[in-house]
Amino acid sequence: MTLEICRKYAPNKDNLIQILHEIQDTHPQHYISAAAVDIVAEYLHVPANHIYGVLTFYTMYSTTPRGRNIIRLCESPPCYIKGSDNILRRLKTVLGVGTGETTKDGAFTLELCACLGVCGNAPVMMINDDVYGDLTEEKVEEIVNKIRGAK
Amino acid sequence: MSLKRIDLLICCGSGCVSSGALKIKERFHEVLQEKGLVNEINIIETGCMGPCDYGPVMVIYPEGIFYKKVTPEDVEEIVSDHFIKGRPVARLMLQDEEEKTFSTQKEVPFYQKQVKVALANCGYIDPESIDEYIATGGYEALGTVLTTMSPQDAIEVIKKSGLRGRGGGGFPTYLKWQMVHDNQAEEKYIICNGDEGDPGAFMDRSLLEGDPHRILEGMMISAFAMGATSGFFYIRAEYPLAIKRIKHAIAQAKELGLMGRSIFGSKFSFDAEVRTGAGAFVCGEETALINSIEGQRGNPTPKPPYPAVQGLWGKPTVVNNVETYGNIPTIFLKGADWFASMGTETSKGTKVFALTGDIRNTGLVEVPMGITLREMIFDVGGGMSGGHKFKAVQLGGPSGGCLTTQHLDVPVDYESLKERGAMMGSGGVIVMNDEKCMVNVAKFFMDFCVDESCGKCSPCRIGLKQMLDILTRIDSGYGKEGDIEELQRLGEAISKLSLCGLGQSAPNPVLSTIRFFREEYESHIRDKSCATKVCLDLMHFHIDKNRCIGCSLCAKKCPVSCISGSRDEKYTINQLPCVKCGNCMDVCPVKAVTKVPGMHPEVAAKRLAETKLSHNYDE
Repeated sequence: MTLEICRKYAPNKDNLIQILHEIQDTHPQHYISAAAVDIVAEYLHVPANHIYGVLTFYTMYSTTPRGRNIIRLCESPPCYIKGSDNILRRLKTVLGVGTGETTKDGAFTLELCACLGVCGNAPVMMINDDVYGDLTEEKVEEIVNKIRGAK
Repeated sequence: MSLKRIDLLICCGSGCVSSGALKIKERFHEVLQEKGLVNEINIIETGCMGPCDYGPVMVIYPEGIFYKKVTPEDVEEIVSDHFIKGRPVARLMLQDEEEKTFSTQKEVPFYQKQVKVALANCGYIDPESIDEYIATGGYEALGTVLTTMSPQDAIEVIKKSGLRGRGGGGFPTYLKWQMVHDNQAEEKYIICNGDEGDPGAFMDRSLLEGDPHRILEGMMISAFAMGATSGFFYIRAEYPLAIKRIKHAIAQAKELGLMGRSIFGSKFSFDAEVRTGAGAFVCGEETALINSIEGQRGNPTPKPPYPAVQGLWGKPTVVNNVETYGNIPTIFLKGADWFASMGTETSKGTKVFALTGDIRNTGLVEVPMGITLREMIFDVGGGMSGGHKFKAVQLGGPSGGCLTTQHLDVPVDYESLKERGAMMGSGGVIVMNDEKCMVNVAKFFMDFCVDESCGKCSPCRIGLKQMLDILTRIDSGYGKEGDIEELQRLGEAISKLSLCGLGQSAPNPVLSTIRFFREEYESHIRDKSCATKVCLDLMHFHIDKNRCIGCSLCAKKCPVSCISGSRDEKYTINQLPCVKCGNCMDVCPVKAVTKVPGMHPEVAAKRLAETKLSHNYDE
């Protein structure tokens, strides 16, 4: 699987970031395993430590398994000013996990992230590729429950 | 394509989508199908229209009727009343406090002082249609440049227009081009910097999503001027829609022969591809961005050599911001003189700003350079939300500085802002009301920069962490005399010694808040008091016994059981174990619980005793 993804790209070092994205996005647990790192290293003819260096530099990559849905709450100042800390507290209670943790059923991982660029509707969060804005404590609970119900 | 009698433009910018625009669009399709109006009404998904706070918004032509905060439930009424009976729905229009109704988009006060150049098509055309872009004059500038001008002519036009980089630095655009043009290298690269990471800025996202062909055209004109034949769009992975739209635009342009070999029959060939980031703020810095495109860690490298000399894969490279490219086609269409007629002596043209924070009309605005902060915040932005007073505005995100009421009449241009310790940055304008604690805000920005520091150079990696530690100390009631001076000393050193723009500008929020709100820092340190009651260690909750009815609700809701009392004696808070969760205040039916500035004397006494103990131990 990992090798198939690699082969879509020319074996040039500059494709590394795109390859890692695709590996992570297509993995059901949204992460890049040590085994995948070795395959990419061999394909691109670079040492695995180079890949590991890149992998850990960028915040979007994970080296540990994550949930099916990744919740990324914006922790940047415009959202903070509009009360994102209350939203975070509520998310933690609703999900029963802390930041960076995954729920026991593997449905959600809660993460904090830098600006999502939807500051006009702060506070905002992204669940996978969808943006949710003008969040209130009630609204986040509703959104999470809806996704829970839909699975 | 058949002509339809009504054009329905639905804003599908990220802001409106986050508040449900796509559901409304679906609902329109359903209702129009039911009523058999599919052939009469044209539904167009546009990019960002600007006023995110009113979202989801839509404009209906031919009249230009503007509806705000539309919900799927409103759709049926719009179709039956407006589309069928011809009576626009007044309750969905914008009303001001005096209940004056603004029925069309042109009348809406938010748009009054705006001049749209880069944003001209944003919210007006379908970003996925190259035909609509061409219909508004798209690719005409590229055609004119390629068929009638030499690269040097094109550079002269940009020089005359006075265009400066819109990404933050404000470096004259033509100079970068000239440097690469004069370099005789065989291979040159052009990069579009779409790694918009500044918290509070979202103009690049809106441009890439709302008018991708404009950016592509601007990039191709630049590439021709400097002699590059291949380009890269570097867009952050947090913007999946922008990535999709620009890829789509590239494919469309190639299909029509507007990109590829011998464009417009000229000798100029060009190809571009999209690369995505992976969540690193520092990659907005051009040398870090180049490293990231090469597939490495996004660490910046020392300048010189500048990318114009030695950039991507060691070749001369120009990195321009999205908004800079957005201005270029219009400059060639309307002329450099027209562009230079707007703005101030040193800052020409218009600038896109993202208004956020405690302001009524949050959103994206484009105004001529030199507009005052007052006009931008109160006229365009509609003033403060929730009846609060203006306290400060943070310009330029975590790299910028804050300005206060005394600066409201400062013209917004590169130099005026810099003189006062703020900066244009990418154009994020975070407005704060009088409930915000400036020490807390400064700490928050510092926290962001510490998180995002790449760790390559020690002033930034270690120095910023030291500053954050001091700020945390102040904000949690352990501040000492001399902390302010230490922050200033560190801040100035870090600004001078850091390798890249991130570190050089990171101390700005702290230094500027110290400059304008020094008394707040002093009262945090000396009086252990936060006047705005934001810093939890420097405030406490109090129950007013005259108001308390002894219902015991607060005591029941307290998670640490620190409230005790009875119906007769009323309730009191035991300050030492209190965790300041605020539950008591939320549940009190008679509002007897209030926040009081200042550390409670009991807590202060306990802390003092602890410090003495640890001193004894140390000795």
